[in-house]
Amino acid sequence: MEGIAAKVTKSPNEPGQENFIQLIDVVKQFGDTTAVDHVNLSIRKNELFALLGSSGCGKSTLLRMMAGLETPTSGRILIDGEDLAKSPPFRRPVNMMFQSYALFPHMTVEGNVAYGLKQEGIAKQEIKDRVDAVLELVQMQAYKLRKPHQLSGGQQQRVALARSLVKRPKLLLLDEPMSALDKKIRQQTQFELGNILFKVGVTCVMVTHDQEEAMTMADRLAVMTEGKLVQVGTPTEVYEFPNSRFSAEFIGSTNMFEGTLLEEDSNLMLSAELDSPLQLLHKINGNAGKLLSVSIRPEQIAISLKPEAKKHNVATGVVDQIAYMGSYSLFYIRLTGGKLIVASVSRLVTQLMERMPSYDDTVYVSWEPMSCVVLA
Amino acid sequence: MKNNLIKQLLQRFTPSSRALLIAVPYGFLLLFFMLPFITVFKISFADQATKIPPYTDLISIQDAAWTLKINFEHYRAVLVDNLYIQSYLDSIIVAFNTTLICLLIGYPAAYFVARCEKWRNELLMLLMLPFWTSYLIRVYAWIGILKDNGLLNNFLLSMHLIDEPLRLYHNNWGMYIGMVYSYLPYLILPLYAHMVKMDLTLLEAAQNLGAKPWKAFRDITLPLSMKGVIAGCLLVFIPAVGEYVIPELLGGSDSVMIGRVMWDDFFSNTDWPTASATACIMIVLLLLPIALFQRMQVQQMEEAYE
Repeated sequence: MEGIAAKVTKSPNEPGQENFIQLIDVVKQFGDTTAVDHVNLSIRKNELFALLGSSGCGKSTLLRMMAGLETPTSGRILIDGEDLAKSPPFRRPVNMMFQSYALFPHMTVEGNVAYGLKQEGIAKQEIKDRVDAVLELVQMQAYKLRKPHQLSGGQQQRVALARSLVKRPKLLLLDEPMSALDKKIRQQTQFELGNILFKVGVTCVMVTHDQEEAMTMADRLAVMTEGKLVQVGTPTEVYEFPNSRFSAEFIGSTNMFEGTLLEEDSNLMLSAELDSPLQLLHKINGNAGKLLSVSIRPEQIAISLKPEAKKHNVATGVVDQIAYMGSYSLFYIRLTGGKLIVASVSRLVTQLMERMPSYDDTVYVSWEPMSCVVLA
Repeated sequence: MKNNLIKQLLQRFTPSSRALLIAVPYGFLLLFFMLPFITVFKISFADQATKIPPYTDLISIQDAAWTLKINFEHYRAVLVDNLYIQSYLDSIIVAFNTTLICLLIGYPAAYFVARCEKWRNELLMLLMLPFWTSYLIRVYAWIGILKDNGLLNNFLLSMHLIDEPLRLYHNNWGMYIGMVYSYLPYLILPLYAHMVKMDLTLLEAAQNLGAKPWKAFRDITLPLSMKGVIAGCLLVFIPAVGEYVIPELLGGSDSVMIGRVMWDDFFSNTDWPTASATACIMIVLLLLPIALFQRMQVQQMEEAYE
């Protein structure tokens, strides 16, 4: 993705040492409901880590426990080896950028940013210098005498970021950092924010429900559902090798095929949804008839107007819907078995075809064994 | 051409529905506030007379000559007479103290109601409950509680907590108890309305930035509730200055408030012109805080629409 280009410089701010932040068997219960269910997680120094999940999955509760705004029912949270349980929220080396930004409406930009430093009893001149420096970093120095309500959403976000960075926290928390912004400026802001965080070199945990945002910004991410971590890994790992149906479907879209192993320790899966057995890259250990789920990403599926001369990993279908997205098109194809699959075909490919497939055209779809990801 | 002009004129002078809507409250104010006030204002320049009504006309016609007689004497008399000056001062002091006590009790109360989500509606209901009974009856009820052989003293005596009745009736104690009791809801309600709107994540943010809870309260909650404090204080102070019933029923001779002086002038001395002049001066005196209050409200509305 384009985000990678911004990270060309190698510097000491690259993620390093494992276990800088450790969550050990953290549980949070609200009455009868378990918001966070035995979470174990370690985050590296200077890493941008994203907690990704839909609303109510417990990701915000996890973040609030790191900030000390909620107390874990059980479990421990360590920063740099130090247990946080002993320190109240106002004594933690953790700063948070709130979803609503929570800027103090009666203070100027400068007053907002200086507030955290004033609590530490730092000399006036140093406060001024540090506030100026951080406002320079987020390019808001021209606005330092404005009140929050005189700023645009994007400007407010920068002030909130400056306010949470100025204390040089060991851990920076971002709660849905982009959710209050218009879609248009969101993407640009993602890169800017990523660059600023990289420049400063801060360990950062961010919560988001937007998988694109997590994939653009994060070094590593965790997919969460129902209070549990489903998968932890780099965006590439999680996208290309989802370990479960949930992460496969949550990160991007996918086509799921259910079936059984054709014979013992084979690489062929028999599926009622397909006319021919599905060929996998590796042999699967197990007896014939073992239940399997296979995920194939839409962009891994090729479509053609002519039959493919292949025995496995082919299917025939009829175009049901087409979503033209400009640089690519999504073809929703009804297979002969009745299953609806989606194939994402880039414009480059459709241009090379004799003609673009149209509604109700019979098409032949195929994919490679390496595109099939077997899920537990 | 001519038709057009008539049409334009008609349009120009036909009141719009918006103007009509605004005219209703203005008409009400004109009829029930402005006219009586002009009457009082007029009387304040007349002379006392032994007739009905007990004052002279400003304009008299004698021998086909119109005479306009404006008498500033009452204003002069009121402004140099120690009795009047003292009662103006007393009124302001009593109103100020009442406001201060109301604030000291009302701020924590409003804070609690605003933060206590579980019982908020019940607490608000309790705050409004007294309004269901006539104000006069409630003040009378306090006589029964506060007098020497009233409920409170009888209770304390029977518990042997005191040897002789506390003197709480017909003195400043009684008056302040009555005043604070009656005006407290007027301070709590606007203050509560301000506090309940406050975004509580601001406090979390303050704590997250290193502020201890009491400091977060001082730096965030207190300044953000200031508008509510001012609104509530003015709502107590302004009517408290002119309060007549409570000092009359519960108070003694320690503080003679301006309402009492006016009453005496009107009904005991039948000196309507002096009483009117006293009233006019009081209105001017109160105009300042009212104007301040209004300006603040306008500012607030402007900010809300920004």
